[in-house]
Amino acid sequence: MAVKFIINTGSNTPIYQQITGQARLAVASGRLAPGDQLPSVRALAEELVVNPNTVARAYADLTREGLLEARAGRGVFITRKRKVYSRAEGWRRLEPLLDALIGEAMVLDFTREELRKAFEEKLGQWKHPKGGDRNEE
Amino acid sequence: MRNEASVIRTRGLTKYFGAKPAVYELSLDVPRGCVFAFLGRNGSGKTTTIRMLAGLEQPTRGTGSILGCDIQALTPEIRARIGYLTEEHQLYSWMSVQECGEFQSKFFANWNNRIFRGIAGHFGLKSTAKVKDLSRGERAGLCLALTLAPEPELLLLDDPGMGLDPVAHRTLIESMIYLTRKSDRTIFFSSHDISDVERVADYIAVLDRSVLRACCPLEKFQECVRQVRLRFSGAPPALPKIPGLLQSIRTENELRVTCAPYDGEAEKTLRALSPMEMETVPLGLEDAFISYLGERGEKTFILSEMEAQP
Repeated sequence: MAVKFIINTGSNTPIYQQITGQARLAVASGRLAPGDQLPSVRALAEELVVNPNTVARAYADLTREGLLEARAGRGVFITRKRKVYSRAEGWRRLEPLLDALIGEAMVLDFTREELRKAFEEKLGQWKHPKGGDRNEE
Repeated sequence: MRNEASVIRTRGLTKYFGAKPAVYELSLDVPRGCVFAFLGRNGSGKTTTIRMLAGLEQPTRGTGSILGCDIQALTPEIRARIGYLTEEHQLYSWMSVQECGEFQSKFFANWNNRIFRGIAGHFGLKSTAKVKDLSRGERAGLCLALTLAPEPELLLLDDPGMGLDPVAHRTLIESMIYLTRKSDRTIFFSSHDISDVERVADYIAVLDRSVLRACCPLEKFQECVRQVRLRFSGAPPALPKIPGLLQSIRTENELRVTCAPYDGEAEKTLRALSPMEMETVPLGLEDAFISYLGERGEKTFILSEMEAQP
């Protein structure tokens, strides 16, 4: 499945991080599956109208994380086996997002029960390719 | 950065106009194959620098080389490898678009007419249109096509985006990205458009009132400038001396401090003020740039007084 990257200039997030963030999200949500091909560095750079080095840097970061692999002469693909962060690092990344979500919900006067229900419902809609259990790999 | 890899290299390059320095002690290395943005406010010396690099202005002192050749002794062979786009877009007004191309092509062995027609086409230029009838944006497009068609090894673009409408602007950026197809091409451009810089630049140099203030990879600049928000229960205390302080904004119970770089020492100094809360926020490139070049020192925004105005 193809994924459409959208970048914004003037954001607090550098462009290469916008690309890596969107790729991670697409994999997590199943919009990108293992074996899917991403555009070449050059093609994505021209599509997004950004410096090819910026795309190359994003791809390099994703490759280091084990999300992407370059196959010689064929292109860039989402990896079959996804190496994830250590549990501790995972929590470190997740926690601020949880805080932001709960904080916003409190400000908007949602009850704990409403929030739990909405969370469960949303979770049901997301189809993680691995069923959400990282030990199944 | 290896010296032989630098396509532009200056050491102590200085230009005085009368008693006033337009460029002061500029030492710069531009690596081969990069897109290098040259930033600064109006009158900070960008155009003078580019004119010196192109051999059109004699430095008062200091040295510079471009493609390995002394900028005060540029040979026609070296000049043919450089594409220089001036701010003024000088053209012969009686020529047609096509005639401009034919005229320019005579000076360059590597003239690529497909690039000329391609870029002119992107800017919607008819080959029979006369220069005198072109709009400002169209003239800019024609100049860009004339500059890029010889496929120069090094491009010096002096504010190429000036006067372009958003569509023409995008064409300019696309043309610049197209040019990086060949990895040994170097683009050195000055600009006021921060979003262009964010899209295309690998490196930036910031000139502030004739003096070079920053020269580094783009993302390093962005990582380097940080704003710290400190909240206090009452009025914030006086700010002690902080290394790298660019600006501080004081409100009733908050201090917003912008630093570059924001390092351990700056953090320690701020923590010592024992704020109730302290939060570090990254700045977008434009905000980072504005705090870098804006007025230094402390500002106070007293909202209540502003709100009192009807």
